[in-house]
Amino acid sequence: MAAETKQGLSPQDLPPPGLAVRRLVHPWRWVAGAVVIAVLALLVRAFAKGQIRWPIVGEFLAADVIVKGFGWTLLLTFAALALGILLGFVFGVMRLSANPVLRFAAWLYVWIFRGTPVLLQLLIWFNIALVFPRLYIPGLVDVKMVEVMTPLVAAVLGLGMNEGSYLTEAVRGGILSVDRGQVEAAHTLGMTPGQTMRRIMLPQTMRLILPVLGNSAVGMLKFTSLAATIAMPEMLNAAQRIYFINGAVIELLFVCAIWYLAGTTLLSIGQYYLERHFGRSAGGRA
Amino acid sequence: MTVAVRTVGVRKAFSGHEVLKGIDLEVSYGEVLCILGPSGSGKSTLLRCINHLEMPDSGYAWVDGQIIGYELRGKALHELPVRRLRAQQSQLGMVFQHFNLFAHRTVIGNVIEGPMLVRGQTREAATKRGMELLDMVGMAAKAEAWPSQLSGGQKQRVAIARALAMEPRVMLFDEPTSALDPELVGEVLEVMKRLAAAGTTMIVVTHEIGFAREVADRVVVMIDGEIREAGPAAQVLANPSDPRVRTFLGRVLA
Repeated sequence: MAAETKQGLSPQDLPPPGLAVRRLVHPWRWVAGAVVIAVLALLVRAFAKGQIRWPIVGEFLAADVIVKGFGWTLLLTFAALALGILLGFVFGVMRLSANPVLRFAAWLYVWIFRGTPVLLQLLIWFNIALVFPRLYIPGLVDVKMVEVMTPLVAAVLGLGMNEGSYLTEAVRGGILSVDRGQVEAAHTLGMTPGQTMRRIMLPQTMRLILPVLGNSAVGMLKFTSLAATIAMPEMLNAAQRIYFINGAVIELLFVCAIWYLAGTTLLSIGQYYLERHFGRSAGGRA
Repeated sequence: MTVAVRTVGVRKAFSGHEVLKGIDLEVSYGEVLCILGPSGSGKSTLLRCINHLEMPDSGYAWVDGQIIGYELRGKALHELPVRRLRAQQSQLGMVFQHFNLFAHRTVIGNVIEGPMLVRGQTREAATKRGMELLDMVGMAAKAEAWPSQLSGGQKQRVAIARALAMEPRVMLFDEPTSALDPELVGEVLEVMKRLAAAGTTMIVVTHEIGFAREVADRVVVMIDGEIREAGPAAQVLANPSDPRVRTFLGRVLA
């Protein structure tokens, strides 16, 4: 102990308080930053000099067909997402039912729709008339299936039912992670199972699964491009129809990329505000 | 004195382990009964069997003229449909060890949820009564706060107001101060003393011997799923006849 003191500063040599403190410099942070900026600059230069006719991108960005296509993309996104959320909650609650038959049915739904590719599901819905030529519900409907199963309907069903299978698992997990004491408190206040589910469980589940729903919405916006394969006139399909004629393939694909980015950015902003609304009980704000 | 609660031969086992070995208990209107006993003695389970959060394996609880959870038809107890069970449960105020406030409702939102949804009161009427109750437990100033912003003692006082809002015939307390920091226990016990003084019928599962001595009309001590000692608080606490009860009280009073 005494020897160590001798090697270092002795108490008499200690500097006075209030000395300036020099922070450690991190030179490698500057180097890493410079490298990344250089790579980005090269990328920008490559695209600026590459064989892309940027004026055509600008020209088609606000073209009627593209904007209308994006409108269909949005409509499809919201319709399929709404169906997915509805199915997710219905089957998610069924997964936890006391009734084994309901539990099995929900499990079966998830098994099938999560276990097959969504593109395949779209194609099957679009061609469902091969299995059921007529849609016949006694006393209600009797029409040809091809008239019902338009590209839009097939796309909403395909994307929505696929999404629902993922959300079923998210809802089930959300309900399970709400504290059991919340249910007991509701029961001792005399709430029926339905009231407990609607007023106590689902609002709290909602907060827990909101990040999942946000990802779903962003994913759904992009997955709608798959509907181009079943002749749904959404944005990618519209772009393809244009470049088959004018040959500006990459320009029109870039136009789509810009619109998709705009859409996903807006959805992310919306997600932020929704999470803040549902998270208000957990935060520090009164 | 008129009997408010009676349990008749309540038995309950969890995976083969018998937690309650046939409990007979009686509480009169206006009476405060404290249930003491070591951890795992079955006192919380007994409380949960009274309001049917747990279904007894045999036996039953009778409260205010009704058998909880069953209907007597002929020689059998027929399980009640959920709605009628809930109507019975809403007559029994329950205060939990871990408060169980609804995390997505404000303080006043917690208090008015039951009256609005179950009793069909208007928001105005429920809020008016709810604010009176919050005032009574000293939480009126925090009516718009979220449960996550409250201390444990504050949460428990709100939970008491929430239970009282249903105008229950009997209040059940399941270790209401066991999850609290020591300096917060007093404020909750204070509210409970005021309820007792106002003539509320209370069954309190607790480790607070001091509260039992001061407030309880009667005390029962449970050990291993049986009632080993019952009687006036002063007598049971000062002079228990059962040797195991004496050991238990010696430990907690030391």
